[in-house]
Order: sequence, then C-alpha cells, then structure tokens
Amino acid sequence: MTTKKFLYVNRKAPYGTIYALESLEVVLIGAAFEQDVSVAFLDDGVFQLTKGQDTGEIGVKNFSPTFRALGDYDVTKLYVEAESLAERGLTKDDLQDIQYEDEDDDYAEKPSIIIVNRAEMADVMADQDVVLSF
Amino acid sequence: MSTLHTVNKSPFATQALLSCLNHCKDGDAVLMIEDGVYGGVSGTGMASMVEDKMKSVTLYVLSPDLSARGIDAARLIDGIQGTDYAGFVELVAKHDRTQNWL
Amino acid sequence: MDYEVNGQTIEADEEGYITNLGDWTPELGGVIAVAEEIEMDDERWEVVNFLRDYYDEYQIAPAVRVLIKALKKTMGPEKGNNKYMYELFPYGPAKQACKIAGLPKPTGCV
Repeated sequence: MTTKKFLYVNRKAPYGTIYALESLEVVLIGAAFEQDVSVAFLDDGVFQLTKGQDTGEIGVKNFSPTFRALGDYDVTKLYVEAESLAERGLTKDDLQDIQYEDEDDDYAEKPSIIIVNRAEMADVMADQDVVLSF
Repeated sequence: MSTLHTVNKSPFATQALLSCLNHCKDGDAVLMIEDGVYGGVSGTGMASMVEDKMKSVTLYVLSPDLSARGIDAARLIDGIQGTDYAGFVELVAKHDRTQNWL
Repeated sequence: MDYEVNGQTIEADEEGYITNLGDWTPELGGVIAVAEEIEMDDERWEVVNFLRDYYDEYQIAPAVRVLIKALKKTMGPEKGNNKYMYELFPYGPAKQACKIAGLPKPTGCV
C-alpha cells in the first residue's frame, strides 16, 4: 500500500465547540493506518495549543496534554500559522512545548511544532493527498 | 435601565462581539463567556475596539472559561473584571434584561 | 456491570469499564481482574501501572502499538512485544489492561 499525505486542518478554539476534540480523536484513530500525517493549526485553531489550560471549573475534559502524546503515534508535524498567532496576541512561547522522540536518532527529542507563515501554510495544504477540515 | 450582554463566540471567528459592542448603550455591561473570553485579551487585533468601548460600558469575563483556555488574568485588557458563576447570576439580577449575542 | 469492593458498589458500563476514573484503587483493579479471569502478578501490575501513568500525563489510554513501543523502550525488547503482551492479557492488552487500570476504552479500539 502506498502512503498518502494526510493533513488535518484545525481552525476552531478548543472548548466552545466539539470540533477540536473530535479532530484530535480522528488524528489518533487515523494514526493506526500509518500514513504520512500532518496537522495544521490556523485561525482560532492556534488556541488549542496554548499552555496552562485548566478546565476544572467548566466541567469538561482538558485534552491539551494529549497533543504531547501525538509523537508516540508518529504524528510529528504540527504546522502553526504565524499570522494567526500574531492576530491573537500570541507567540510561540504561549504554546505547549510539544516534542517527539526520533527512534532513528537514539530517541533524541525533537520539536513537533513548526511555525510557518500564511504562504508556507498554503504550500503545506497544496502538497497533500487528503485534507480533513475541522 | 441597563442591559447585560453576553458574548460566547471568539471575536476572530464571528462578528458577535463587534455587533454587540456596536449596539451597547452607555451604562450597559458585557460579559464574555466560553470562546467569547478571547475578546478580553490585550495585544490582539481586536483589543483596541474593545478598549474604546470601555469608556461607556463595563466589561467582564467569566474566569472559569478564561482558566480553561490557559489565559492568565494578567493578560486581560486593563479594566476588564473577572467573575465567577455566582457573579454571573448577580450581573443578570442587577440588570433589567439580558441579551445573548450567539 | 458494576463491581463490589468492601461492600461499596463501583459503577461500570456494560463492558465493565468503570464510569468514574476517580473510583479506582489497586484493590478495585484486583476485583476487575478477577472478573476478567486474569491472575495479577508483578508483570501485569507493571503494565497496568504504566497505563495509569500514561493516562495521568496525556489524558488518553494509548493504542496497543503505542503501549508496546513504549514498553520496548522502557523495559526492553523481551517485554515490549506483542507476544508477551497477549500472554499477559489474552483478550487484548489495551482492552483488558486498561479496564483493570480503571481507564476508558482506548481511542480507536473496537
């Protein structure tokens, strides 16, 4: 079976709607098919990756720690759009530090988050076989 | 007579906050809840519009929704007040009507 | 399919996964294991504890291949393989071990 390039596009904030959680679950389930998976975060989707989320008082599960498990599922390319961060007053430092262990490099920890500009994000999107939007 | 307005959508995703602020009367209060809390953060593309409106209306955010999204209260626009669920109820009771901007 | 521990009823769904993660104690783990016809020993507890730690950190129960890959790294190839896992938990390590660990059914596990 030939490997296809899959991109999951996240454009929604984490808790106001169910899209973000649904996307994450589909990414985890889809990882079993061993395809070339990337995940994109743009527009309000960048809010999903912020650190320090604490949902204790709103009665829903805080799923932000799960992004740090994606590396175990061989999902190691998380593209984040720089313009979307800037419009929301965010910088890379406001995001969780998400890493994966490179098995082919003695389990060296490498960053999963790749900050790209809008034009580069368009290139990432144009380079895919399948694009799934949330 | 005054109105409590609630906004529950991100200002970057819909026009709800913009439209709400454009329809507020002097002395009204706006409470940002759920994804609406992103509208209270300083240094964003929306902040100056919110700051302008604060001369005539009082702005609140629901703190549990702020914490859920990992936003420190220190990052709010100066003058925006945090409130909890009990404070939400008090705001509803204090105003003559509540209008939700969905 | 609820469980009884020290006269207390612990709520579980029809497949035997407990409803409230906070209800879990090692004692309850033992009771669930009996229901699963699994005899717990150090090796099995090692896996169950690993799953609980993984859930604590990432808020998900790992898929089987993720579990095995992680055990291979931390405990070596003699434990990090399919055969060893299925010897410990014949009806599926993710399914049975997660149930005993008090975790939800792993995402994508049917």
